[in-house]
Amino acid sequence: MAQPNIANRDPMSRAATRQLLWIAGAALVGLALLLAALGWAATLTGGGAAATHALDFKTRTVTTSIRNDVPQLDSSRSKDIESYNILHTVMEGLLRYDNNSNLVPGVADRWEVDGARVTFYLRENARWSDGKPVTAHDFVFAWRLAVIPETASEYAFLLYPVKNGEAINRGEMPPESLGVRAASDRVLEVELQNAIAYFPKLTAAQTYYPIREDFFKSRNGRYAADTEDLLYNGAFRITRWVHGASLRMEKNDLYWDKDSIWLNAIDIAYITTDAVARLNLFQDGRIADVDYLPGEALDQVLQQRWSLRRFNDGSMWFIELNFREDRLTRNFHLRRALQLANDPAELVFKVLKTPSFTPAESLFPSTMKGEHGLFRQQYPPPHVPTDLTEARKELELARQELGLDTFPPLVLLADDTPAAITHSEYLQEYLRRNLGLEIRIDRQNFRQRLEKQQQGEFDLTLKGWSADYDDPLSWADLFASWNLNNNGRYDNPALDAQVRIAMQSLDESERYRAFAEVQRILIEDAVIVMAYERGVMYVQDPRLKNVGRRFMGPPTDYSRAYITEEP
Amino acid sequence: MSAVEWQPRSEDFARATDADRRRGEQRLVRPSISYWQDAWRRLKRNPRAVVSLGIVVALSLFTIAGPWVWRVNPAAQDIDQISRPPGAGGTGRIVEPYIQWAGVTTETLATAGSALATNIRLAEPATTQAVRLEWAPAANASGYHVYRNISSPRVGRALGLPLAEIIDPHRVSFEDRFDLEPVKYWYSIVALDANGAEADDYAVFEVEPAMVITAEEAADRGWIADAGAVRVGDMVALPNHPLGTDYLGRDMLSRLMHGARVSLFIGVVAPLLFVFFGIVYGSTAGFAGGRIDQLMMRVADFVVALPFLLFMILFRIAFGVQPGESGVLPMLVALVLLSWPSTARLVRGQVLQIRNEGYIGASRLLGARTGYLVFRHMIPNTIGVILVTLTFEVPRVIFIEAFLSFIGMGVAPPTPSWGSMSNEGIKTMLAHPHELLFPALFISVAVLAFNLLGDGLRDALDVRLRGRE
Amino acid sequence: MLAYILKRLVQGAVTVWFIATATFVAMHAVPGDPLRGERIANEQILANLEARYGLDKPLLEQYVVYIGGMLRGDFGLSYVQQNRRVNDIIREHFPVSATLGILAMAFATVGGVLWGALTAIYRNRLPDVVIMFAVIVGISVPSFVVAAFSQLALVSLNSAFGSSLLPVAGWGTVWHMLVPALVLGLSTMAYLTRLMRSSMLDITTSDFVRTARAKGLPPTRIFLRHQLRNAILPVVTVLGPQIALITTGGFVVELVFAIPGLGRYFVDAVHQLDYTVIMGTTTFYGAFLVFMVLVVDVLYSFIDPRVTLE
Repeated sequence: MAQPNIANRDPMSRAATRQLLWIAGAALVGLALLLAALGWAATLTGGGAAATHALDFKTRTVTTSIRNDVPQLDSSRSKDIESYNILHTVMEGLLRYDNNSNLVPGVADRWEVDGARVTFYLRENARWSDGKPVTAHDFVFAWRLAVIPETASEYAFLLYPVKNGEAINRGEMPPESLGVRAASDRVLEVELQNAIAYFPKLTAAQTYYPIREDFFKSRNGRYAADTEDLLYNGAFRITRWVHGASLRMEKNDLYWDKDSIWLNAIDIAYITTDAVARLNLFQDGRIADVDYLPGEALDQVLQQRWSLRRFNDGSMWFIELNFREDRLTRNFHLRRALQLANDPAELVFKVLKTPSFTPAESLFPSTMKGEHGLFRQQYPPPHVPTDLTEARKELELARQELGLDTFPPLVLLADDTPAAITHSEYLQEYLRRNLGLEIRIDRQNFRQRLEKQQQGEFDLTLKGWSADYDDPLSWADLFASWNLNNNGRYDNPALDAQVRIAMQSLDESERYRAFAEVQRILIEDAVIVMAYERGVMYVQDPRLKNVGRRFMGPPTDYSRAYITEEP
Repeated sequence: MSAVEWQPRSEDFARATDADRRRGEQRLVRPSISYWQDAWRRLKRNPRAVVSLGIVVALSLFTIAGPWVWRVNPAAQDIDQISRPPGAGGTGRIVEPYIQWAGVTTETLATAGSALATNIRLAEPATTQAVRLEWAPAANASGYHVYRNISSPRVGRALGLPLAEIIDPHRVSFEDRFDLEPVKYWYSIVALDANGAEADDYAVFEVEPAMVITAEEAADRGWIADAGAVRVGDMVALPNHPLGTDYLGRDMLSRLMHGARVSLFIGVVAPLLFVFFGIVYGSTAGFAGGRIDQLMMRVADFVVALPFLLFMILFRIAFGVQPGESGVLPMLVALVLLSWPSTARLVRGQVLQIRNEGYIGASRLLGARTGYLVFRHMIPNTIGVILVTLTFEVPRVIFIEAFLSFIGMGVAPPTPSWGSMSNEGIKTMLAHPHELLFPALFISVAVLAFNLLGDGLRDALDVRLRGRE
Repeated sequence: MLAYILKRLVQGAVTVWFIATATFVAMHAVPGDPLRGERIANEQILANLEARYGLDKPLLEQYVVYIGGMLRGDFGLSYVQQNRRVNDIIREHFPVSATLGILAMAFATVGGVLWGALTAIYRNRLPDVVIMFAVIVGISVPSFVVAAFSQLALVSLNSAFGSSLLPVAGWGTVWHMLVPALVLGLSTMAYLTRLMRSSMLDITTSDFVRTARAKGLPPTRIFLRHQLRNAILPVVTVLGPQIALITTGGFVVELVFAIPGLGRYFVDAVHQLDYTVIMGTTTFYGAFLVFMVLVVDVLYSFIDPRVTLE
């Protein structure tokens, strides 16, 4: 019954196989030639950095990787983490962050606060990479640039405390009316809209970095597009930048503090979001560290017997509820039910399984500083233990108040990132089982999730937030009724009043009491349901020391790192 | 025969009659059958087709009858049994529900200290609910770091997972609730100096927690009839998961059964539909030739060049799929609309090859219309290529479906599908390979079935093999 | 021939125009605003952003501006990478994807044709079964898994040898492309193997081969000139679109091997709704695809004399 295999008869197949082998041989030769040609083509497009090692003690070079390409090195417009890390290494503002997230003098070596007037005195030896000194005029130009509407900077709001900042940003006043002027080349006078206690801390943000006017204009709109379109006043300068592939920074010998910089070069040789790929590079000895390790990658790390480390990245994650008129979540008892049913410990310890996450109890991070010591030690948040019986009672109250027979499905808006997927699916099943609530997951990708969140098209949504500057106000004003980032449109005059006190008062104790009040209101009014405090797991070559890993400010900083010969 | 000229007679062209047959001038060995009948006959006897049929029957049973036999809810999460390997089960002891632990501070513990944090001990027996450690304080410590590893940390200071950073020198206890499983753990406590840097020495403690569960949780998950039936200290049997559990503790076998419905439906129906359309389209274009062919092929190019993801999102909106709902039909339509060009092109290529053949011309002369030519001549000659394409489209579509469900089009969570299970399994494929292995295996089996069926069909339908056995 | 090519080029231009238009419409119909960030800006800033990118004009005007720009070869400014022109993005990253894609296709074609021919020769015997098994497993496993496993294999290989034989990731030399190209071409290779096998079996049993044998032609000649040459036509058919798809679909390989290709940019652009990058890349790919299809059609007529071009 076999099919007539004409080609199966031996002489035929032997002959055919022989001929096939000849053809295969010819093909291999052809492939080799092709490889040579393509190899030459690749070196033209290549990222260089072909055979570097993770650490080189002799040349004082560290090789590492980043997750995403660097989209914007124009400090007036930059808004993402990768750009912030790089900017903090190659440029410097009036103040800068040290490795322990403390603020220390940068370009300004001292400053004076006098009510609504702050005067910064710039260093003598602060220089740009072309040799010219960094002057107060550079700050004036940069701040005006950041605040004018044409620049459309997302972080322009950081400049609102400066006099007329908000008005200029709305297009109501010209940029010259911004409350900053160069009294001399090395004296910068700032006039604030109102006296606030925390202004100097704001100046460490990248939006406040200096930009030199003549250089900016000479680039014809291409400022920060490439290596030659940037001037550097920081510890390093960018010497090679192949977009999407690599970025190399070398020590800036004109930096005023160059003696405390040990490294000669920081080489970012690989760009990919895939953590396993980066771990493989680490294992192969190509890069010196891998951060942002997901929970699933940890087993590989443990098997390899590397040292795992963690740091808090300063972001808090919670479930935001919608307070708009037509939403069920506006009802207090429903919110309270969700809050009482909430078990962040189970979520973090058993579901998300990343040891660097910690269950959250309050919007304010555990690392946030208070008047003396940590804020949460001075003002511990009111404790809401998980209590399913109480939760069900509250749910029943809510049902009666809303006049429903049963609850309709609630929509949970979430991203399509792995953590959000796991979290949302877990939550869906958890609320169904324990409260009998039906949750529909609205899974969106980044842009659409942003749009829906900001338009308020959700009942519940997973949200993360991190501070823009080192003051509790950056957390406390999140739910003020005027804050556009208050996606649920929570509106509580009591909370607003406390936020205003915190904004305007110059008395530290009074401010922190106000923050404590905000913390209390957020919990007792069940405004949000806290989930976790996020941390980052990373591995690092033990010979690399003193890398800055911060919960405030740019998360990763190699500028003050050094290499030892032995671990 | 002799060289006599043979003059044809009209009788020579007459059909053989029974009388002729009996005379043996013409002996038909078997009745005359049509092409399709012959194909069917050969298919039935083809070993590959028979095997594939067996697989198809098995898969159908698995999909349809499976959930009746294995009555486990595919959406039920068991947080305590996340990512357990196949055959997971065992027993657990009933305990009281979790109560927070106040921990231990140096005020409540009166022991001298050394530079090394020593004397780590359990405050109470270790269970998977919590492992509570306390230790003797170290001198001059400003705090402690707690690590946990799954192998001894003595070699190369591989301390493992950093579980906690205690910045209070008076706190000398730690409660671990992180992902506890009934396996051996090595805890390490390292003292921190005044600057927060780790000391060189560290203390190690080895422990294996016992598997426990609260009565309420056991009742919740249906392992016991109700919470009152057991008391603290009783042992309960944990449910058996023959194929293990996934990243949320859901039973793999049950998910595979329910997932088969979506995957097989989409994976079979969609390719059939768009291959069919591609055949019609491609053969028409190939036959028609000229301007029509060019136009049709340019349309095909156009469809291929469209950005897939963008149009999928568009379709989802156009079909009004609400968030959180399953939109399998819209997904099917969208898939078909965007996937037909490759088949069309292939078929057209074949048609171009044979449309100038003699027998086509002859058929035409005899009055055959295009439809007949396509059905009777083209398709049998292109069947090999078509079947190959069909085979390859099945897994491709299954994975596309996974991707679409991922972006919110297709099936909504918690409904499973083989493709989405594979996607999820990728994340943990090194640590828990079974989560990827099983869905991929089932996809392989389905593909194999189609492959074999395709081979069998090809052999059965091949014109030139007709009448050879 | 020349007239045919010219005619096809004109048709190609029209097709590309259709592609650009359809993409434009789709993009603007999809919800989501490319200008929104995590930090909400005030209306003035949003208005200014819209003005800068021309999003405040009516759709039709935006379309005209855009097409006008394309005709001049200017695809505009990226929304996400705010200082980079889309032209620059394509110019810097397409060659990477193309190089990888060409090598992948070369591997796939050589492999597919040779393995396919082998299975046809040894039909139903051991080589056939083994290769077919490999093909089935190969296409049932998601490409991401294949990529990840091959990278792991490289790491193990390097550590086993104590030094770096092959780079584990990155781009820049010929050694960086070997494994990624192999992984990228694997599924196409599987497909081509199957296709070649089926096609060769068709030919093998066809009349003209039997005629050739009956005529007593030496087996080698039959194989090369008749069987291989004719069986290869379906392979050529899929080659054109496949090469276009491989350059665009290299996303997974680019991610795992940290290769700065256009695939990653494109996928990110769709996620971020970066209008200009989506339009520019789609149009560019569309043109590339149309061109490859033309090449394939012309190749047809050279390979199979029965095929006539009109």
